[in-house]
This record gives sequence, structure tokens and C-alpha cells, in this order.
Amino acid sequence: MYSACADSRLNVMKKVLVLKNAYFDSAFLMLVSKSVKQMAGILDAALVMATEVNLGILREIGLLEDQELSASPNDLIIALQGKSEKALEQALRSAGDLLHKRKTRIEEKEEYRPVSLEGAIKMMPDANLAIISVPGIYAAREARKALHAGLHVMVFSDHVALEDEIELKKLAARKGLLMMGPDCGTALINGKPLCFANAVRRGNIGVVAASGSGLQELTCLIHHFGAGISQAIGTGGRDLRKEVGGLTMLTGIEALKSDSSTDVIVVLSKPPAGQVASKVLARLRQTGKPFVVHFVGLKSLPASGRSHFAGDLEETAAMAAALSKGRNYRRRASGSPGWDRIVRQETRSMAPGQKYLRGLYTGGTLADEAMMVFERQGFHIHSNIPSDPARVLRDPHLSVRHTIVDLGDDRFTVGRPHPMIDPSIRAERIAKEMEDPEVACLLLDFVLGYGAHEDPCGSILKTLKQAKNKAMKRGGYLPVVTSITGTEGDAQNREKQRKKLESMGCVVMPSNVQAARLALQIIRKARHDKG
Amino acid sequence: MTKVKKILKLFREDLVVVNMGLDTFADTLRKEQVKVVQMNWRPPAGGNPSLIALLDKLEK
Repeated sequence: MYSACADSRLNVMKKVLVLKNAYFDSAFLMLVSKSVKQMAGILDAALVMATEVNLGILREIGLLEDQELSASPNDLIIALQGKSEKALEQALRSAGDLLHKRKTRIEEKEEYRPVSLEGAIKMMPDANLAIISVPGIYAAREARKALHAGLHVMVFSDHVALEDEIELKKLAARKGLLMMGPDCGTALINGKPLCFANAVRRGNIGVVAASGSGLQELTCLIHHFGAGISQAIGTGGRDLRKEVGGLTMLTGIEALKSDSSTDVIVVLSKPPAGQVASKVLARLRQTGKPFVVHFVGLKSLPASGRSHFAGDLEETAAMAAALSKGRNYRRRASGSPGWDRIVRQETRSMAPGQKYLRGLYTGGTLADEAMMVFERQGFHIHSNIPSDPARVLRDPHLSVRHTIVDLGDDRFTVGRPHPMIDPSIRAERIAKEMEDPEVACLLLDFVLGYGAHEDPCGSILKTLKQAKNKAMKRGGYLPVVTSITGTEGDAQNREKQRKKLESMGCVVMPSNVQAARLALQIIRKARHDKG
Repeated sequence: MTKVKKILKLFREDLVVVNMGLDTFADTLRKEQVKVVQMNWRPPAGGNPSLIALLDKLEK
């Protein structure tokens, strides 16, 4: 059943269709929207479920007029804008084909899919974990039901109310269950990857983290240092706020204390509220196990007994790896003799006036870490997630002087997949940056693993080539400094990805913090030499 | 120890997962030989907020 309307003004045609009782998940709909949008004669396209928020967005971007629409959140809206009736018809047919294929694929699997949690538990009475990635407004309700059914829970969904998070975490604590999230993007439980995670070795290091990309970078670096992970528990980004009080973090530490497979505990978070930090540290000391703490943005501190405090993700991984093998960690000076050569090479052909950094990130914590590297050296970094609110970008789509943006932030992902899944958000941003003759260095992160794009580095090479050529035509040179969060066991394969970036003249560093430090040296040298 | 008994039990068991939402998370786990049941999730009560509130009250 559907209703349709068309509107023509200045050769722009619009079509809106409502498909009743046709529920599809948002990740799939975003991919269909993207595919339809790329068709000839189509100016814009969106396939969304008819929630109030989505209808508001469609009106805001002009795909929906103010007309009354009879639709409920269980109905699918297809909103198209094109140059001709024919283009709209073709787009509609293509969208219909993709939706039909998806339905058929599920039916062909001949897999019975229960509609209720009760039905799911009947099918698998030994179920012990629920992973919830339904729209945020429904997620708390489903998590509550899962906890009441005795399941441990991981909530991937974001936009869950803070009061719901607190209530769910208190309920989980009363029941002795693990409640990861909301907004928990990654975890490794019993060596199995949950949501976005990497293929890392199992070992004796247990992690509790309030950061998704931070946890991925940390576990991959631990793997590269030859050590491994017993459990990696995600808490969701708000867990260490005063209001939540670190409920999941404290439970996680308690569990790792009693877990015989865990010899070293690592805690990772943005700097927590003072009283929460004290509780976390007290709980860590009670474990009797050596531990490493990294509060992103805070400097490392001298070790005291079993307590170790790291200043960046790589140092955290190195400390944990050393401790896991019964060794003491020795702090190394940053940089290496080889860096001077790279810096000279990358700055040699730059044009006068190239002076600014543009860090374009897909991982929020990785962006935070890069900002910290520059700010510790006195640089002012503009960002959509700045450490100093005075330097928030007025328009996150436009860089100002030295800029580092987190492209995974809500402001970039409304109606679009996260840039770790769909690299086109970043490709579009690089296309903008390449027009700016003052850009002296691009700093990029690439995150591999389950859930991520199948070829994140390969898919951006064409854009990077254009950017480098543009700089060359202006008489300059554009350095591109990168790091790859991943392992050789990830489907994308870190080594293959590295080779792709290097084939385009990008510098690939072993970690995000090293990439940021090298970019800093390039910017300094460019300013010194080219003024 | 007693407070986290159930979590320690989870650490010793094979994961058996109910996946509510994105299919891709179930596909990943199946590749890793994890038992998964994928739910055919739909917004409750057709997504009508007042009906959902009523359902919640009844279920309590």
C-alpha cells in the first residue's frame, strides 16, 4: 500500500512514497539511499522509517514538503528528488529491487526469525548475551527486557536517554549481569568480536574501556607487541560521568579481578569526573593485579607499585604488554632518527604558504589523541570536538587554520553510515581540503576489522591522488600521514592496506600517536622553512 | 566475587547470542562459530509512543 505525490518547480521533481508495514534497519536503508542517490538524474534520495525524527530531517533537507503524511514508525518512506519523471521512476524501480533482494535473501536463508525476545530464548534456551542495535528510542526497553530475562547485554544503539542508562546499569548490577553500552561499539568477550572489533590474539590482558576506537587501537597495538587479550569490555562513552558513576567500569574491574585468565588490567577512558576517577583507582588497587590506566588527554605519571599511568594509547599497550610478560616497561623517547629524513623528504617540495594541519578522523578517541599531541606543543586546534570550547568549529564542514575533525560525529552522520563503514564522507571532505593552498599536511586514521568497510585505504586512493596532483599543480606538495588500526588477521589485512597507502606516497606510521607526532614535525618544519 | 559470579560464568561459557537489530553483527559472530539467533525486530505497538507506554505498564 502506498500514497504518492509529485511536485515540479524549476525542473526539480519530487516523489514521496509510503510503504506500509515494511520495516528495514537503518544501516541497510542508508546503503540503498546511497546507491539510489548515485543514479543518473537523481539529485537527492532518502529511504527511512517514518519516525518523527526522520520525518523532521526529511522536511529540513527539503525532501518532504509540509503536507500531512499518514505514516507510522513501522512504515518505510522513499523520498526522491530528481531532474525528470523518468529518472524518478528508474530510481524507484532500483530501490524496489534492492528492498526485494534483501527480503528474498532473508527468506532464502530459511532461517526462522523470532519476533519477540521470549521467542528467541525459546529457540536458544542457553542464550547468555543480547546484542541490541535497534533505534535508540526503543533500545532501553529491549535492554530492560533482556536483563529481566537474565541475559548479559551489549547496547550498540546511541541516543538512549541518560536516565535510562543509569536505570539499566543499576538493574544489571542488582542482577549481577554485564551491561555494556549504550553507545558501545566494540568488545571482545571470550575472544569473540562483538560489533566493531579486530582479530587480535587471546592472552592475559583484560581491558575495560569507555571508548570504541580507543579500545580497537589499544587491542591491536597489544597484539602487535606480541601480547593478547583475555576480555575487552566496552562501557559506553558516558559511563564515567558523575551521573552514571562508572557502574559498568567498576563491575568490569571486579570481574577481571576474579578472572583467572587475566593477569594485567587496563582501563581506558576520557578524563572522568574527579570522584568517579577516585572510585575507579581504588577498585583497581583492590584487585591486587598490576594495572595500567590511560585517561585520554592526561599526561603519563610515574609508576607506583602495581599502578601504571600511560600518556597515550601506544604507551598503554606497551606497558600492558610488558607487564603481561612479567617485565617492567621502560619509557622510550618519542621519534626516531629515521623521522628527520621523512620530514625533510615530505617538506622539501612544499610551496610557501602551506602551513596548516587537517586531521580528518573516523575514530573519535583517535581524533582526541591527535589533538592532544598538538596542543601539548602549544598548537591551537579547531575541531567539532575541541578540548577547549572556544575553538569549536562554527561550521564543522569547514576547516579553520589547524583543524582536526571527528567525521563519525552525529553532525556528519545524520542519514548516512558512519565513515568507518562508508568512506565517502571523508573523500568528500578531502575534496574540499584539496582546494585550500594553505594545507600543509593531511592526517588520517584507518580502522579495519569486523563491521568496517571492506577496503578503507583502497577506496580513498583516487581522492588522495587528486589531492596530491592539485598541490603539485600549484607548485607545492601535499604530505599525507596515516595510521592503520587493525591486524594481519582482519579481513581487510593491515599489510595489504598499508601497501595501498604507500603506493600513493602516503606515510604509514605504526600507531595513531606516532602519526600525529610526525605530522606535528612536518607542520613545524614547513612553518620554519616556508614561513 | 559473588557480585560478579554470573559474569565469570559467561567468561567460561561459549557465547550464545540473541541479536536484535543489525544483521551484520550476527553474520560476524556466525563466521566465528558463535551460536546466534537473529530476531525479526519491529518497533513495538507500531511505534506508537502512548501504546508503548501502556504496554510497559501492563508488562510491569
